[in-house]
Amino acid sequence: MELKVEHIETDFLVLGGGTAGCYAALTFSARSAAKVLIAEKANIKRSGCLAAGVNALNAYITTGHTPQDYVDYARTDAAGIVRGDLLISMSRGLNRAAQRLEEIGLTIQKNPDGSYMARGERNIKINGENIKPLLAAAVAKPQVTVLERVAACSYIMGADKRVAGAYLVGVDDPVLYVISARAVLCATGGAAGLYRPNNPGFSGHKMWYPPFNTGAGLAMGIQAGAEMTSLEMRFVALRCKDTIAPTGTLAQGMGARQINSLGRVYEQDYGLSTSARLYGTITENLEGRGPCFLRTVGATSEQDAEIEKAYLNMAPSQTLRWLESGLPPSQKNVEIEGTEPYIVGGHTASGYWVDTHRETTLKCLFAAGDVAGGCPQKYVTGALAEAEIATEAAISYMSDELKQTDIEQTQRIKVWLESHLMRTMPETGDTVDGLEEEMQALMDEQAGGITSNYQYSQASLEQAAAGIYSLSKRAKALSVPDMPELTYLLELRERLIVCRSLLAHLAARKESRWPGFAKHADYPEQDDSFRCYVNSKLEDGKVKVLFRDLVEEGEVYEHHDR
Amino acid sequence: MSIMIDDAACRGCGRCTAVCPGSLISLNKNGKAWIRRPQRCWGCASCAKECPVEAIALYLGADIGGAGGRMTVAQEGSQLTWTLRMPDGCEQSIVVNLQDANSY
Ligand SMILES: Cc1cc2nc3c(=O)[nH]c(=O)nc-3n(C[C@H](O)[C@H](O)[C@H](O)COP(=O)(O)OP(=O)(O)OC[C@H]3O[C@@H](n4cnc5c(N)ncnc54)[C@H](O)[C@@H]3O)c2cc1C
Ligand code: SF4
Ligand code: SF4
Repeated sequence: MELKVEHIETDFLVLGGGTAGCYAALTFSARSAAKVLIAEKANIKRSGCLAAGVNALNAYITTGHTPQDYVDYARTDAAGIVRGDLLISMSRGLNRAAQRLEEIGLTIQKNPDGSYMARGERNIKINGENIKPLLAAAVAKPQVTVLERVAACSYIMGADKRVAGAYLVGVDDPVLYVISARAVLCATGGAAGLYRPNNPGFSGHKMWYPPFNTGAGLAMGIQAGAEMTSLEMRFVALRCKDTIAPTGTLAQGMGARQINSLGRVYEQDYGLSTSARLYGTITENLEGRGPCFLRTVGATSEQDAEIEKAYLNMAPSQTLRWLESGLPPSQKNVEIEGTEPYIVGGHTASGYWVDTHRETTLKCLFAAGDVAGGCPQKYVTGALAEAEIATEAAISYMSDELKQTDIEQTQRIKVWLESHLMRTMPETGDTVDGLEEEMQALMDEQAGGITSNYQYSQASLEQAAAGIYSLSKRAKALSVPDMPELTYLLELRERLIVCRSLLAHLAARKESRWPGFAKHADYPEQDDSFRCYVNSKLEDGKVKVLFRDLVEEGEVYEHHDR
Repeated sequence: MSIMIDDAACRGCGRCTAVCPGSLISLNKNGKAWIRRPQRCWGCASCAKECPVEAIALYLGADIGGAGGRMTVAQEGSQLTWTLRMPDGCEQSIVVNLQDANSY
């Protein structure tokens, strides 16, 4: 099959029309008369993390608190490995972002004095079912073009490590889009599907993080030589068994405590950080006191009704479970389990290494949201705040003119993509789904997935690296019949690229800093010589690891050695 | 997790095909919606919310303990009505108004 090449020019190219991407376009159109183009793999009305809705705005500076309090909380939760400069600028933008969401139509609960109603220390109460349709409607502006069902797969590189646009392929039609831009924002979210999921069979995609966020932007950056940070700080969520629905509604919203099978509340034995809550659950299970639950029995029937509604606004499968089993929360405690590890810069700190203004180490390429590193606990409002900061920087750093795209570079990409569509390669019997399953099993068993209780060793990581290397070679020889299958193939490739870098990060951090999220069996303790960032970039086909000093709030970090 | 599309009810309007975050749904030769690889479904319900005739139902796979319930949803203004139908014909509905914030 031959790909038709289509050239498009814009001023600001936004890759991924999710939370951060839509907000970046909105911000750009309010501050600049130039053109912005959102290129989205699916449809912006319901793409990405917000598809089903969200439960609350988890990041807000509530009355009596300051942005610094939020920074302190995020730093403690990540055991010190955060960027103070990024966290403080994000925290200062949280409340503005929430207000902007209300202006575009989001329901936010208010107190009699007009302030937003808090849920605990850092959350505010909303109805988040329609948050994505609202954001999508808000970007319908003359300056904003939305190109849907196109998957970004590579950056257009100009001279001097400058990003000059991106290559995208049609999800339905055999078209290679060559989009040139004066600045590019990567907002393609984090990476799910690297590890074998909780439900490996038919319900394999019944996971917490969207299975369609496959790490495209991370892989594109890695391949182009961008520096990445803290990939080893994987996020493992504690979720409702089977449906893998979020637990915050029950735990923070309703105050349900974590109990073991003996009915004992165990959470205080381990500490209340995100990773400690998970560590406690794993340990209780390992020591024979599992399974573990959120204690919901004793709730009233009014509470049942409200909880069932809240889940319909975010994770309808959990309400479906309660209704069809006839056992609502008040009748049966909700069993919880840890998920497979994800790479999510909005929860932990993994992603692109950016300067204080969110420019990556590739010139004119910015990053925001789950794809950007160093700044955990972003959630929705943090992704918006970061998109705003990145967009402002993009407006001021945009290169003056559009660079002519190098014809040879385009030809190389076209030939590579067509080679997968042409069936000219030897039939190996390999399939995209088969290799994906092998990759997930390998990562699960050798690189600290669910079945290995998130534990790995130097030896197992080496085995995983060798396996990923051979899977990548086999993936290069795959051929597919049509464009949707080509998208799946590209997603597999992205995941393999992210895995390769992730393994190098896991091996480099010779300590165990986040009990629950990961345990390095050879170095089971925390070691303060690792109070630094583990970063990496691809050089001559090899992942090179760099250790960098911590950056505090008050500092302005610039890329002096990119 | 996956969805079930009622062929007889589907009018082929294509709204569900546009909105799926995984681009999993297309129209077949007969102009009816069909899901490419049901096991790739995330269960977000976006397609079901979009369908004007409630032809799309969510269900839990047997591998995660599904009991055969089918859940559809209808939207009118800011009101969503979710309906669960069990194999034995039992039915129950929950109405959610988007102007009401979650209590939890
Ligand atoms: C199930 C769930 C529940 C959550 N609940 C809450 C909550 O209650 N409160 C809260 O504050 N936070 C919550 N969060 C966190 C919050 O939603 C995310 O941190 C935030 O939305 C991330 O924004 P993002 O823009 O980085 O990613 P996304 O919004 O996921 O956007 C990424 C976009 O990139 C697109 N994309 C991916 N690959 C490509 C490609 N190759 N080419 C083009 N486009 C591509 C995707 O389709 C998607 O539209 C939740 C997250 C999840 C997953
Ligand atoms: S439930 Fe969501 S992921 Fe599944 S088919 Fe419908 S829109 Fe797609
Ligand atoms: S939205 Fe409903 S009626 Fe329209 S194509 Fe999809 S299933 Fe058929």
